[in-house]
Amino acid sequence: MSDKYSDRSRVVKTIFIVVGVLFVGRLAMLQLFDPEYREAGDRQALRDVTQYPARGFIYDRHGKLLVHNEAVYDLMVIPRMVKDLDTDYFCQSVGITRDDFDQRIQKARKYSPFSASIFMKQIPKEDYARFENKMYRFKGFYISQRTLRIYDRPIAAQVLGYVGEVNQADLDRDPYYSMGDYIGKSGLEKSYEAVLRGIKGKKIMHVDVHNREVGPYQNGAFDTLPVEGCNLYTALDADLQEYAESLMANKRGCVVAIEPATGEVLAMVSVPTYDPNLLVGRVRGENYRKLDSNYGTPMLNRAMMGQYPPGSIFKVAQAVTALDLGVITPHSGFVCDKSLVGCHNHPSAQSVQEAIKMSCNPYFYQVYRRVIQQGRYKNIYRDSQYGLTVWRDYMLRFGFGQKLKIDLPRNGMSTGNIPDTSFYNRWYGRDRWAFSTIYSNSIGQGEVTVVPLQMANLAAIVANRGYYITPHVVRFYGPDSLQDDEYRTRHETGIKREYFDIAAQGMFDVVHVAGGTGRRARVDGLDVCGKTGTAQNNRDDHSVFIAFAPKDNPKIALAVYVENARGGGGSWAAPIAGLIIERYINGEVKRKDVEKMYREINPCQPPLPPKKKKK
Amino acid sequence: MYQERLRIDWWTVAIWAVLTLLGILTIYSATYSSDHASLFDFSNFGGKQLVWAAVATLAAVVIVFTEPRFFSNGAYPIYGAILVLLVATLFLATVTKGGKSWIDFGAFKFQPTEFAKFATALAVAKYMSGIDVAWQQSRTKMVTLALVALPAALVFLQHDTGSALVFLSFVFPLFREGLSGVVLVIGVVAIILFVLALLVNKYILLGILAVLGVLYLFLWLNKRTARDYWRVIGVLACCAVFVFSVDMVFNHVLEAHQRERIDVLLGKSEDLRGSGYNVHQSKIAIGSGGFFGKGYLGGTLTKANFVPEQQTDFIFCTVGEELGWLGSTAIVALYVWLLVRLVAMAERQRSRFARVYGYSVASIIFIHLFVNIGMVLGLVPVIGIPLPFFSYGGSSLIAFTILLFIFIRLDASKNQLY
Repeated sequence: MSDKYSDRSRVVKTIFIVVGVLFVGRLAMLQLFDPEYREAGDRQALRDVTQYPARGFIYDRHGKLLVHNEAVYDLMVIPRMVKDLDTDYFCQSVGITRDDFDQRIQKARKYSPFSASIFMKQIPKEDYARFENKMYRFKGFYISQRTLRIYDRPIAAQVLGYVGEVNQADLDRDPYYSMGDYIGKSGLEKSYEAVLRGIKGKKIMHVDVHNREVGPYQNGAFDTLPVEGCNLYTALDADLQEYAESLMANKRGCVVAIEPATGEVLAMVSVPTYDPNLLVGRVRGENYRKLDSNYGTPMLNRAMMGQYPPGSIFKVAQAVTALDLGVITPHSGFVCDKSLVGCHNHPSAQSVQEAIKMSCNPYFYQVYRRVIQQGRYKNIYRDSQYGLTVWRDYMLRFGFGQKLKIDLPRNGMSTGNIPDTSFYNRWYGRDRWAFSTIYSNSIGQGEVTVVPLQMANLAAIVANRGYYITPHVVRFYGPDSLQDDEYRTRHETGIKREYFDIAAQGMFDVVHVAGGTGRRARVDGLDVCGKTGTAQNNRDDHSVFIAFAPKDNPKIALAVYVENARGGGGSWAAPIAGLIIERYINGEVKRKDVEKMYREINPCQPPLPPKKKKK
Repeated sequence: MYQERLRIDWWTVAIWAVLTLLGILTIYSATYSSDHASLFDFSNFGGKQLVWAAVATLAAVVIVFTEPRFFSNGAYPIYGAILVLLVATLFLATVTKGGKSWIDFGAFKFQPTEFAKFATALAVAKYMSGIDVAWQQSRTKMVTLALVALPAALVFLQHDTGSALVFLSFVFPLFREGLSGVVLVIGVVAIILFVLALLVNKYILLGILAVLGVLYLFLWLNKRTARDYWRVIGVLACCAVFVFSVDMVFNHVLEAHQRERIDVLLGKSEDLRGSGYNVHQSKIAIGSGGFFGKGYLGGTLTKANFVPEQQTDFIFCTVGEELGWLGSTAIVALYVWLLVRLVAMAERQRSRFARVYGYSVASIIFIHLFVNIGMVLGLVPVIGIPLPFFSYGGSSLIAFTILLFIFIRLDASKNQLY
């Protein structure tokens, strides 16, 4: 059937044919003529190569390098692209068995046949050199350079922390990471992960039939450059840290040293410790298991995670609290009545200053009674409840009973325990406890526990005569980034300076005046102020000492805690504190014999094996 | 009743069969991995497409044994049913890749859009074949426009802009039936002006157009009447309005991803990791095929997931990479052969119904071919519509098969009156 428009069929057919020819021409252009696309044919494939940024270095307060990086090599595989592989030759070159090979390739294939996964990780430079020139024969395999952490000195392991492979939880939480990436697992490496890690870059490479990278794809149009991680400039004094660790060798316990004016952590020691280089590279897994199962719990940072009865060092806080409340005066005297609470032999204290010097237990029993039972209510139970609430509020202002906001991972950190009324109500029942039930708190025993970091902070508070700046390890990072406001803010206790002057004078007497409990902390030419503590527990006593020096404009405040030391605070912790102070302020220790003695002697009871976990 | 023997056009059936089969094989190759190596594994794309092809073949057989009268008389009811389905889709559909065009039946999903194409073709053909209908009447134009615009608008509301554009294909059958060729010219000019307006300063563009107008008046025409002047001024005014409205349309009517795709096509944006990625990877994959290709199942780029949507909208990439220029050209030629053959078949119809329907079939397939392969080759902005018979997808394969076989059925008894 034809009509007057039937000619138009030619127009339509022409359009169809023209479009067809257009397509064929365009195809010819792409496939035959345009070199940009044609060459891609020879190149076979592209490969995404992740560019790992160098992780930031970590320095001490004098610019000494604590942590840096070293190159290692990961052997990567894309299972789909493995072709014509002489498996035996490959195994021989790389140094693995055939079974091992099958397992690894199966694992990679399970992850994804098309994407790269790590076939063998962290191959040291010298091992890689053995098969570097044979790589062209292993189609589908390639090398990715990574960096490992190197710790220049084997110190501060728990503070610096370690780096490990990301786990599933990390992958789920942050899309930045992909399988096989490294992430800070503890210490500064964890808390400053975002600063240290930098930003990964990506390079897309053309890969030829011989599995060689022949050049960047599109001249790098898709590539992103890695951004290097920022360096951390810490407040740690590497020499002091090393020295303190050497003194604490063979013992169990910890040392925290703070610069009082700034809250900067000069040293943080937890012993037993380990060489951080053990948790690097391919030996990490095995060493981790060993360290983790060690009775001495070397990976535990006791300075933050341990909570201990503070013992008599707690009396310093009680003294200034009672003075501030007005329940005693600087010249209040109490008889050393051993029927109230046990004590050692010494004359009765005639003032607060003397009481601190002699660490009189009955004295602080009386002080605490006046704090807890202020006589506001006739009912002693209600009176004690009121008193405890007031007291607890004071203790919190010293940073006790809470996690100090230090810039280390705070998830495993202890709060210590400053009991409140509900604590005792739960324990004894409402209106069933009063001062007489809880008086042990007065001498730092009983229900009170304190974290060593808080103890050092207490020393810093007295050193500052009434305030503290939250302890922190890092001073600044990157080129010009300042620290958080938190680390520049004074936390006031609200207690008058003059009361702290009295406490400081008392602490001076502890070390310098006859009858003081901490005279072994003395350093010639320095006015060291300190307070001993002997913390009872279900095994041998813990030996505790807090100190600061010099008395005016103190440069260092510290706490030393030696677990189950078979002796009081004066016999172990005090002399160690004295040596650390001498080392820091004088730069060297003249008393080599004393130093040698405390290094070598181990007063601690051996650790108990951990209780078996119930499954 | 006189029953003529069926004269099925076996060449067309053969082309259909070859394209469908190649489609299955290509889908299998595009999604091939050594982990599930069998084509007959019905959990992979190739295996599933094989099942859809079987269903499509069944539909084809049923159509061949159906009386042609059924399609002519049933045109409006089918059209009505599809409209209802499209409206229902708006309420029932699950959202897939930003579009709302799939109805989920649990075991399988179904895309009514695909079926709207042949239903509309039937309705338009039915209407145009009316005794009292002639293109010159304005009523005819209005009704035809409405028949096409209604389903197109519903599809557009599903955010399936690509499929809505397919309804433009009715320009060709209507052109054949008397629609002025000026419409085609205006369409082409509009596209050119749109592109130029985005690329060139608008005042310079209009200046050039004005110069062209003056040249036309004084160099082309020997005698100039007042009407000629007014005509040129009118055309220029229309162009001016159009050019200045381009920005408005571009910035306010189009969606962000559509703007990006156009920018990428025009080379204004080099967003190679974003919207430019598909096309760029697609061109690389095709380019890497060279003259002979890498051989069936030998492609590396399309398999390593460099090209997204490789089994559906970007299926032609795999053809380009594995079969090379030779194979790609053969497939393009196969499509052009089918299109030209369909036009020739349409011309030999005795009924206007069959002719209009035939043109519609050819045009719908043509638009898909043009947009899809054009997109893959980087000639047309990225618009997600399938390559007929080739792309993975049950709705698409079955609907195209029905579309084609209704015409084969009509052609088979073209001497019969119905």
